[in-house]
Amino acid sequence: MIEQDLKIAFNRRVAARTFLMGIWSPEMAGLSGPGQFVMIRVGPGMDPLLRRPFSIAGVEGKEIFLVLYQVVGRGTALLSQVREGDRLSVLGPLGRGFDGSTAGSDPLLIGGGVGIAPLLFLYRSLGGKGVTFMAGFGTGPDVVPVQEMGLEKGDIDLSTDDGAVGHKGMVTDLLEARLAERAGDVSTIFACGPPPMLRRVADLAFPRNIPFQVSLETAMACGVGACQGCVVKTSGKTVAYYRACREGPVFDARDVDWRSL
Amino acid sequence: MSGKGPDLRVNIGPLGLKNPVLTASGTFGYGREFAPLVDLNRLGGVVVKGLSLRPRAGNPPPRIVETPCGMLNAIGLANMGLEAFLKQELPWLQQFDTAVIVNIYGHSIQEYGEMAAGLKGAEGVSAIEVNISCPNVAAGGMTFGTDPDISARVTEQVLEKGDKPVMVKLSPNVTDIRTVARAVERAGAHMLSLINTLTGMAVDIETRRPKLAHISGGLSGPAIRPVALHMVHQVVGAVQIPVVGVGGIMDHRDALEFLIAGARAVQVGTAHFVHPRSALDIVEGLERFCLERGIARVDDLVGTLLCP
Repeated sequence: MIEQDLKIAFNRRVAARTFLMGIWSPEMAGLSGPGQFVMIRVGPGMDPLLRRPFSIAGVEGKEIFLVLYQVVGRGTALLSQVREGDRLSVLGPLGRGFDGSTAGSDPLLIGGGVGIAPLLFLYRSLGGKGVTFMAGFGTGPDVVPVQEMGLEKGDIDLSTDDGAVGHKGMVTDLLEARLAERAGDVSTIFACGPPPMLRRVADLAFPRNIPFQVSLETAMACGVGACQGCVVKTSGKTVAYYRACREGPVFDARDVDWRSL
Repeated sequence: MSGKGPDLRVNIGPLGLKNPVLTASGTFGYGREFAPLVDLNRLGGVVVKGLSLRPRAGNPPPRIVETPCGMLNAIGLANMGLEAFLKQELPWLQQFDTAVIVNIYGHSIQEYGEMAAGLKGAEGVSAIEVNISCPNVAAGGMTFGTDPDISARVTEQVLEKGDKPVMVKLSPNVTDIRTVARAVERAGAHMLSLINTLTGMAVDIETRRPKLAHISGGLSGPAIRPVALHMVHQVVGAVQIPVVGVGGIMDHRDALEFLIAGARAVQVGTAHFVHPRSALDIVEGLERFCLERGIARVDDLVGTLLCP
């Protein structure tokens, strides 16, 4: 874990409200694993005050790490104004990422919206071959061109709510169809996205006993396990919480309480 | 004084510190979380995350929400409990040359006493900070710290059952903070720290739900600094015991405001979420400030406020 003022290599719009940022740091790029995140200070002032957490979307060369983000509020709006050569304070890499060692022979990655960010990194670290990658977006202009992150267009099965690109409907429809077809083939599911999508993935994975790793997004303050602000309820019988920033953000899906998400 | 630099040492009653910068409870974990980023040896002291007799899971999420120049938190005093702290965290903290101040809270006056007794003889604990801003079960959940008499009884209990210097952390959620400060001083507290967070809330206008699951939470960050500074100034004028200033301190200039207003030391809290090295930056900033202005001892600045 390091904290540095880092130079922005690029920060470009890749979809309607989605940006891809490249940040120079051989150290950070070298330390980062898929599923880990960074805390970025989006501006120099006191408002907004807190850093924002972002999944690391990949590493380019050995010097640049990628952040894929959607403009959803003031913090990300400020981030979208940042230009090449500007500097931002970055803390990371943080948290426990995906465990790719248990992916098995037929891993399946499923993401919703910018939830694909950590999965893009995972896809490349798994080598791509034999990996199924499903991604869902709102509408055509929201679809993130994965070619920007070194993937081929055909590497990914797409869905959009309105059918503008790929399957019309939910990305979990694609998963459902795939599992109905040949469930035994899927060795592990890796997911990240909005809670309703993740709940649907859980509903499909659990009855089939498919190992399922999920990356969860929560509000965060410190990012290092000190403030206990980012907790996720555990599935245990007694009330207990995991810190998303330390024990997560990637969890074995059986360890978290799905009703509380 | 060693070397040519200014003397940063301060004494807060019975507690001697190498410099006047402490980390505020709940914002720095047990020190371990920040140790990869900050040399703890260079801090005046670490005030650890508030501890209770038994481990506590805390409130359901969402526990935090950002507000203008600040944040609300309703962590619910989640902690590992005193026993685990003494076994797992204190020995680790002892390797550092910095004061360790243990923040405690209880659900009853008796429990505060038990906490103090549990820390009796604990090696490497420089002082106890008593959090009186938590709910008193016997009084229907009203916070201890809003009642001067109950605050005094908590203080007496901790002094009677324990053997460490006692710093009582005052709540700002009162009509006149000086009333509680005086009551706690009369009860024998060695030091005061203030302010704890200001109670607040935030609402999501789309869902019409509170943004915190607990509905209300404690406001911290630079938004509360002027309030904290004023209360420190008030309390310094009302009591004889030393006061530690807390509330929205982000850099050494903020810290200097508190020292000039009469605080003998400061605690840095929410700033750590913005810059993990905040406390250390403030130590260095104070040193530079004194050096540039030929101030031999940082203590010489304390209480030098000139009022018209």
